[in-house]
Amino acid sequence: MTVAHSSAGSVRGRPRGTSRESRAGVAFVAGYVLLLIAFGVLPTCYAIYFAFTNAGGAFTGFTNFVTTAQDFRFIDSLGHVALYLVFWLLSLVVFVVVLALLLHRLSSGPVSQALRFLYYIPGALAGAASVLVWLFMLDPTVSPVSSLLETLGFHTFGEVIAPGNLALLFTIIAFWTGAGGWIVVMYGALNNIPKDVMEAARIDGANGWQTAWRVQIPMLRKWIVYMVILAFAGGAQLFVEPQLLSLASTGVAGRDYSLNQLTYDFAFQMNNINGAAAVSVELLVISMSVAGVFVARSGFFDAD
Amino acid sequence: MASRLLAGSVLTVFVVFFVLPVLWLLLAATKTDQQLVHDNPLSFGSWDALTANWHALTAFQDNAILVWLRNSAVYASISLVITLCLAIPAGYALAMTEFRGRRTLLIATLVVMLMPNATLVVPLFLEINAVHLIGTMWSIILPYSFYPFGVYLTYIYFTTAVPKDLLAAARIDGCSEFGVFRHVALPLATPVIALVGFFSFVANWTNYFLPYVMLPESDQMPIQVGVGSLLSNVPSFNPTVGSLAIERPQLALATLVAITPVLVVFLFAQRFLVSGMLAGATKE
Repeated sequence: MTVAHSSAGSVRGRPRGTSRESRAGVAFVAGYVLLLIAFGVLPTCYAIYFAFTNAGGAFTGFTNFVTTAQDFRFIDSLGHVALYLVFWLLSLVVFVVVLALLLHRLSSGPVSQALRFLYYIPGALAGAASVLVWLFMLDPTVSPVSSLLETLGFHTFGEVIAPGNLALLFTIIAFWTGAGGWIVVMYGALNNIPKDVMEAARIDGANGWQTAWRVQIPMLRKWIVYMVILAFAGGAQLFVEPQLLSLASTGVAGRDYSLNQLTYDFAFQMNNINGAAAVSVELLVISMSVAGVFVARSGFFDAD
Repeated sequence: MASRLLAGSVLTVFVVFFVLPVLWLLLAATKTDQQLVHDNPLSFGSWDALTANWHALTAFQDNAILVWLRNSAVYASISLVITLCLAIPAGYALAMTEFRGRRTLLIATLVVMLMPNATLVVPLFLEINAVHLIGTMWSIILPYSFYPFGVYLTYIYFTTAVPKDLLAAARIDGCSEFGVFRHVALPLATPVIALVGFFSFVANWTNYFLPYVMLPESDQMPIQVGVGSLLSNVPSFNPTVGSLAIERPQLALATLVAITPVLVVFLFAQRFLVSGMLAGATKE
């Protein structure tokens, strides 16, 4: 949209590139801008439009938001996603940072490298594959850790996937697939802490624990924030895990566990497109606000 | 010493956690359902059982799994090509040229990058429906092709790794703007092209929600959705299935088949991945 006017005024005023360069810049971004409008801006506007109108297209204010919020499943699924996010973000921050610090302290290079690779492998099983693998891991009749499951008091698949356990189980699945990549990122960030900073800490008499807590973790802050933002945005969209589990458990886990499942149900089972749009808009607002707070407070995107 | 021991055991426990399920999955595909239940979970079944599982799997809906694989390959590769053709020049232009609206575009890219895509699936469905593309492969290829993260990666790469003077020199030598991009920037961009290609391929290959909504017919499903639908034909997970049953080792084999392309790309891209994910880390 801004592109349409760009070639006209770029030379005048501010000391910018030549008009030739400016025209080329516009040409280079044109295709991407088309997709950005078609699949970023337009669906967002569409969602907002549908959220505030009824099936006939008449403006209805916040009616759709109220109706969906009063749906008996709404509060439950909101609570499920919130609980899952707490588990997921906590486990990610604690274990990823701890494992990266431990790997970094490991003096022998090849061992650390091999471990990072092993941790990283499940990343290839993202999506439906990771859920299927864990359906097996959690089924005491075939699981390689069935004795562990039995010790914990689980004898049947049904007991393992009881509704109260789901937030934890989805956390395990997500952590299994996603943590390895972040461990590599954190490890790299630790490597980038200047040698003399670490040396100074040592000379000042800091032990390993103090160095980690007072020097390394503060210097990882930006990366931790970045991880939390992306993990939050991803986690709030929970869909494939509960959806596949509901297929595998014949109803133990409902088709309305997460908010995104609820939008799917509103749109395609109950034929309430406007209600579905209202839930989508709420999810979007929540995710964007949380990301906004983190970005503003950490200054992560100060790249420009 | 005690702390070293503790550190060692923590690292080892996590190796088991990350690797054991993968190992189990590889072995499960070589067993019969009986062996899966009664044998040692980490034992090898037999090549015969593996072959039998493969035949049973392909027999399901007349080679459905091969159709799904082909679908995934078509969807992921066409959108990969479009992504690369649009994202690399866009990231380059944002980093290396000045034009009106550049800052706005950069901010918009950061915003949509953080935007949870799955929440847009229903509005996307309505939009695609409005232009009568539901049920065609374009209903997922085009949304897949929009990849702001790729633009952002390219932008970061060019701002940190390629000096602007290099472009200025080429311009003075009489290179056209397209020539500068083609002959100077593009050859330097190989690592970031590989990186964007890898991330976009994996994201497209593993996406579930969008094709689940857009392409409900079995013969249009990509492998992820297909394998998910196999699940409801496994009696031990869903006791109501009839004669078309799929057994658990066959489901394990289907899962392996679904991840193999990602695994292959993954091994090839490893080198770029580690260096690329850290490309931003060196800049303060």
